[in-house]
Amino acid sequence: MAMLHLVNKSPYDTCSLNTASTIMKSGDQLLLIEDGVYGAIKSGKAAGLLNGLKVFVLGPDLAARGISEDKLANDIDVIDYAGFVDLVEANDKVQSWL
Amino acid sequence: MKLTIQVNEGPYQHQSADTAYHFARAALEKGHEIFRIFFYHDGVNNGTRLTTPPQDDRNIVNRWSELAQAHDIDMVLCVAAAQRRGIVDEGEAERNGKDATNVAPGFRISGLGQLIEGGVESDRLIVFGD
Amino acid sequence: MSNAKKMMYINRKAPYGTIYAWESLEVVLIGAAFEQDVSMAFMDDGVYQLTKGQDTTGIGMKNFSPTYAALGDYEVTKIYVEKESLDERGLMLDDLQHLVWEDEDEDYAEKDSIHLVSRAELADVLAGQDVLFNF
Repeated sequence: MAMLHLVNKSPYDTCSLNTASTIMKSGDQLLLIEDGVYGAIKSGKAAGLLNGLKVFVLGPDLAARGISEDKLANDIDVIDYAGFVDLVEANDKVQSWL
Repeated sequence: MKLTIQVNEGPYQHQSADTAYHFARAALEKGHEIFRIFFYHDGVNNGTRLTTPPQDDRNIVNRWSELAQAHDIDMVLCVAAAQRRGIVDEGEAERNGKDATNVAPGFRISGLGQLIEGGVESDRLIVFGD
Repeated sequence: MSNAKKMMYINRKAPYGTIYAWESLEVVLIGAAFEQDVSMAFMDDGVYQLTKGQDTTGIGMKNFSPTYAALGDYEVTKIYVEKESLDERGLMLDDLQHLVWEDEDEDYAEKDSIHLVSRAELADVLAGQDVLFNF
C-alpha cells in the first residue's frame, strides 16, 4: 500500500518538504508541484532531503519558473499532468502536504 | 478511477485552482471519472460569476464552468464557506435575505457532507490547496 | 453504504492566523454523521490548535477551542499528536487540552482520545488510512 506525497511549497518557505520527506515510507513516491519544484534544484540546500526517495517533479511548473532539467538533483523524473494522473492511480492514496 | 477533487483556494491568489483544473482535465482525457469537485475555504470563490480577469490571461471561473458542462461534472461550493465569503445562489439569497446572487454556471452550493461522500464513494481524493 | 472507510483529517496549521483549523473542524463534525472510521492527526503547527488557555477576546474572533473537547461526543476517539512537532515547539502533552471520550462498552468509562506518537509511528498510522483530508 503506497502513498503519493504532494508538496507544493518551496522548502525555503515552509516545512512541508521536510515533513513529507521525513515521514515517507519505503515504496512511497513524492511529487513536487507548483512552488514545490524549487526543492528539486540540486544546488539548493534542500536537495539533500530527497536522498533515497523516489521523486517526481511536474514539468510545466519547472518550465514556468525557468528551471532547466539539468539543474535538477539526480534521479528525479519530470512528468506532465497526464503523468500526475498516472501517479495518483499507481498509489493507493494521496497526501497533500499543504 | 473515480476521483474526488478538493480545491481549497480561490482563483488567481494561489496556483491550486489552476493545478486542480489541469489535473482534472488530464484525468478526464485519460478516461477517468470525476465524481465531484468540492470547493472549500476560499476555494468557493472559484464559483462567482462576477470576475473580470484581464483579457490576456486565463478566465478561471469560465474554465471551470466549461469543463463542468463538457463533462457533466458535479462542482460543489461548500455552503458554510460560501456564506462566509458571499457566494450566493437563489436559495441562499432567499434564506439569508440577500438582494443578489452570484453563482457561476455549473456550480451548486451544498453541504460539507458532499465532500465526505466524495471521500466515501471515490477511489481517490486529491486535495489542492495552500 | 459500503464498508466504513478509514478517514483521517490531518491538521498542520496553527489556529486563528488562518481559517483552516476552524473550517477543518467543521468538516470533522459533519463527517461524524457518515459513520466512517474517523481519526485526526495534529502535526507541525497543527499541534498549536490543541493548546489550553486560548482567549480570543482581544482579537475579536470566536474561540473555537472548546469544540475539540466535544469531539468525543462525535465519536472521534483517535486523535494522534506527533511528538516531534511538540518537541520542536517546546510543548508538552500537558500544554494541550485533555481530550477524552466515553466508552459505552465499558460503562461509559472515560478514556484518553489523544495518542502521542512519533513521526515514524504516525507514518504507519497514515499508511493504514483509506482517505486523507488536508486543509
